[in-house]
Amino acid sequence: MSVRTRVALKVGVWVVALVPLARLLYGFWIDDLTVNPIEYVTRELGQTALRLLLASLAATPLRILFGLSWPLTLRRLLGLFAFFYVCLHFGVWIVLDHFFDWRTMTDDVVKRPWITVGVTALLLLVPLAATSTTGMIKWMGGVAWRRLHRLVYVAAVLGVLHYIWLAKKVLIQPWVYATLLAVLLGIRAADALRRLARRRRPVLA
Amino acid sequence: MTLRYSDVTPERLYLSRRELMAGAAALAIVGCDASTDATAAAPTGAPLKATTNPAYRVADPLTKVEAATTYNNFYEFGTNKDDPARLAGTLKPRPWHVQVDGLCAKPRTFDIEEILKLAPLEERIYVLRCVEAWSMVIPWIGYPLAALLKQVEPRPGAKYVEFTTLKDPEQFPAQKPSFLGFGSLDWPYSEGLRLDEALHPLTLLTVGMYGQVLPNQNGAPVRIVVPWKYGFKSAKSIVRIRLTDAEPKTAWNKAAPQEYGFYSNVNPSVDHPRWSQATERRIGEFRRRPTLMFNGYAEQVASLYAGMDLKKNY
Repeated sequence: MSVRTRVALKVGVWVVALVPLARLLYGFWIDDLTVNPIEYVTRELGQTALRLLLASLAATPLRILFGLSWPLTLRRLLGLFAFFYVCLHFGVWIVLDHFFDWRTMTDDVVKRPWITVGVTALLLLVPLAATSTTGMIKWMGGVAWRRLHRLVYVAAVLGVLHYIWLAKKVLIQPWVYATLLAVLLGIRAADALRRLARRRRPVLA
Repeated sequence: MTLRYSDVTPERLYLSRRELMAGAAALAIVGCDASTDATAAAPTGAPLKATTNPAYRVADPLTKVEAATTYNNFYEFGTNKDDPARLAGTLKPRPWHVQVDGLCAKPRTFDIEEILKLAPLEERIYVLRCVEAWSMVIPWIGYPLAALLKQVEPRPGAKYVEFTTLKDPEQFPAQKPSFLGFGSLDWPYSEGLRLDEALHPLTLLTVGMYGQVLPNQNGAPVRIVVPWKYGFKSAKSIVRIRLTDAEPKTAWNKAAPQEYGFYSNVNPSVDHPRWSQATERRIGEFRRRPTLMFNGYAEQVASLYAGMDLKKNY
């Protein structure tokens, strides 16, 4: 892939990833964030974070299924944007929703499993974001870095669980995310099993 | 700062273009007979006269009418808050009948026009507290449900009242079969009260709000409002009221029994399994405010639950 293509793709990710934030800011500007703006903004930021996280998790399955390598070059950017939206989502909860009412928030984190898993997902993403630079990858070494970054699977599962758990059972949206995540992780799992079987075959033969 | 119609015009006088035309149509039907109650045959959004009942008011300012009519939970139209306002045009609030039957001496069906005239219409300002921890202050128009129930003469065996919302997928699009049943409750929506709750003077048979005929998205043409209970207890677009000796099954209780009990009294000390009910966000305000026991109506209704464990009977 030429440098120019790669730059174009990355600019594309920047634009697409910043549209949801721009829409919220524009909505704030023209006072069109529904009559319950804090709830709306929290929900939109959370959904955007999940979408970007799933997008970053789609790179490997696309390579497995179609041999595409260019999505892999966007994975880090998508992951960092997902983390960015998770932080905004969390920040809105702290500042706008509860206005630094630490006692209530601590109670919620401890008492409500869906908040517990949400906060856990956020915490799991922190080391991943911190070690996302090329320098950190070199310093850690590829094997250790990859092992650490498998935490993203756990974070994604917890993120989707957070949404399923907080929403009314009759709503379909959380299950759409759950299905997509299951497909993305399923493709990886199938590929890993296939490779494992291939590696073992000569031993068995 | 941008000015809106509602900023410069008192809410009472504010009519959207469509509402204005609907009101004009109603006037045209009535013609020049000025003595006729012009509101009786009026469609959604037309002005509705009522006498303010000063006994039922709230110190807090009213929620903006635009908010109360565009941010609704009415799953018959869809699960998004703006679905009811967007899609409510399919509901036909006329002609409309309400069957009142069950354990009573004189079961009968009431025409909506008759319901409008059964008792003097009062305007009462109540706080509406949604189970989702937001609230509004709404001027409702109606009269105590007791006035209607009196008409059918409940039998001594009657202990509960069941309310049934219209079931008609043509008028309520979200009642059509959905993918794996998502977004769907067990239609028709049904709710229930104990008879003493239903006869309580606060329980309002409601036909209007903000000086107008009840908008479709708020449960036209007739709903109940039970201000000390979470909003979903106040059934909308009612077609049947049944007196019974057994606790009626209720829609949300069937969907999620651990989350929505039969009583569902507003209670800051009994959490919803997924969130605290100790605070609420008043629509239009920034900071959460504390939720009051029985939504601030404890003085009037606490005696109904004397000796009951309200944690168990959530």
